Amino acid sequence: MAALIPDVVEDALVIVEPPSRRRWPRLRVWRAVVLFIAGAYFLIPIYAGLRFSFENDAGHLSLYAVKAIPSEPGFSAAFWLSMRLAVVTLALTLVLMVPTSVYVHLKFPRLRRLLDFVTILPIVIPPIVLILGVLRAAPLWLRASPYLLSLVYVILSMPFVYRSLDAGLSAIDLKTLVEASRSLGGNWLNTLWRVVVPNLRSALLSATVLTLALVLGEFTMASLDLWTTLPVWIYQFQQVDAHVSTAVSMVSLVGTWLLITLIVSLDRSQSRRARRRTKNS
Amino acid sequence: MTSATSDDPSSVSGPGATAPAAGGADVAVRRRRRSLGRALAPVAAMAPFSIYSFLGLGVPILAVIYYAFQSEQGKPTLSNLALVTHGSYLLGFENSIVLALITSIVPGILGLILAYAIATSRSTLLKRLVATASGVLANFGGINLTFMFIATLGSTGILTAWLSAIHLNPWNFGFNLYSFYGVVLVYLYFQVPLMVLVITPALGGLRPSWREAAENMGASSWRYWRYVGIPVLMPSVLGGMLLLFGSGFAAYATAETLTAGTVTLAPIQIGSLLAGNQLAGQENVGYAVGLGMFVVLALTMILYGLVRRRASKWLR
Repeated sequence: MAALIPDVVEDALVIVEPPSRRRWPRLRVWRAVVLFIAGAYFLIPIYAGLRFSFENDAGHLSLYAVKAIPSEPGFSAAFWLSMRLAVVTLALTLVLMVPTSVYVHLKFPRLRRLLDFVTILPIVIPPIVLILGVLRAAPLWLRASPYLLSLVYVILSMPFVYRSLDAGLSAIDLKTLVEASRSLGGNWLNTLWRVVVPNLRSALLSATVLTLALVLGEFTMASLDLWTTLPVWIYQFQQVDAHVSTAVSMVSLVGTWLLITLIVSLDRSQSRRARRRTKNS
Repeated sequence: MTSATSDDPSSVSGPGATAPAAGGADVAVRRRRRSLGRALAPVAAMAPFSIYSFLGLGVPILAVIYYAFQSEQGKPTLSNLALVTHGSYLLGFENSIVLALITSIVPGILGLILAYAIATSRSTLLKRLVATASGVLANFGGINLTFMFIATLGSTGILTAWLSAIHLNPWNFGFNLYSFYGVVLVYLYFQVPLMVLVITPALGGLRPSWREAAENMGASSWRYWRYVGIPVLMPSVLGGMLLLFGSGFAAYATAETLTAGTVTLAPIQIGSLLAGNQLAGQENVGYAVGLGMFVVLALTMILYGLVRRRASKWLR
């Protein structure tokens, strides 16, 4: 940088150019074009997916695909399998990650870097390679159970869950809270459950949503472990009725989207309230 | 974990050595016991997470590496690796790397332009909308995305219909959604938002005062970008592109569901091997492909780490 400045100064001495006033309108046109193209690219497929879900084979608007969803063969089995996997994954993830992250934040801030590193690995290692190793290394009785998938999904959700928890824990004064609770006679479990967890509500909420979205949308591992979860069912059912398949996929998509938007806005209003509170005090 | 256990003796002997001088041997013993408990507490507290991630991450990876060097008879061999570096498996890697390169450079540039257009706008509503949408879309992929694109640009898709109404049906011009370039087009859908997510903080680090300073000294817009903007942003842009490379290289579900596994890519080959489509005597070749993917991604991440260190220089 330092070497560049004299250059610019020299130029400034030679050509004294008035700052152009025409830049703003030009920028605005350019931005409109960029936003228009991006909007078209991202919105048309969503529109097409929705449109296809509300169409029958003749191409007329119809609700038949959406109405047919619950009664299609295999749908409810796949749906409930996905739900069970989601609940088990979520419970395991929270039980594993919440105490660990709280402990590291409280007692061993130095270990945060290690945790950062370990929890980024599932993003670096492709799911397909992970499931390859899991299917080879897992004992037979575990491979026979669908909950093997839950055990692996816990690993997959670690990056998202740890990052939400880490952000949540950094935002509160954990040490003071815990010390206050301990000095008032609360034991560790009590402190965790009645002091720390309520303060992490929004972090836990976003961790939950991210985990659920991950489990309900995961295709690679489920299909290779030969369990018909919801996404696998959607893919297979495409052969029978593509309209119904697309309808299920769009419903799950819009549902997830709404959920995430809800969480984000809840989170925002909460942090705004918190900010107002600190300003008043 | 091993480092924590090896620390135990030193932390125990530390207070133990000074204790006899301060009080009786009794105190020393009690203190030693307490500090032993204190030293073991982090081990106990970190054990569930450590054991779980070792079993869930470490063991599967070690299994992949181990079996990549094993023949079907259980003897150490290099023949799996030899197979992977030749013929169709090599082609799979080449295609995957080309796909990852295209889907990191193109969305990298497009994402940068989009992020800049949004970062410089004054509408907070737009910013918020795009931030949420990027978060959602970057985690998109697989079956939902495939269906949306089939409904859009499949042979009977909506956009196909619109375009053929003006005699521009892309399928008549050699376009095929279920091909390599179809996969590229679909990957943009999650790669561009991912780039927007990654690069927006870096654009925030591009201080308006730098631009004003450059303008006050008479620099044109081009000069500003040439000497200030691009050099400052370059490490972040490269870092973002490396992330996109990793995500494009590793993706399986979207390519598999879109092309029904007909495109020769390394992840799809692993999937097909796992599903049982393998030749006799080559049962372990899938692990070698997995090891190869792992090596490519490890190199990508090492580069990413290096680039990020440079990028953080301007983001403080």
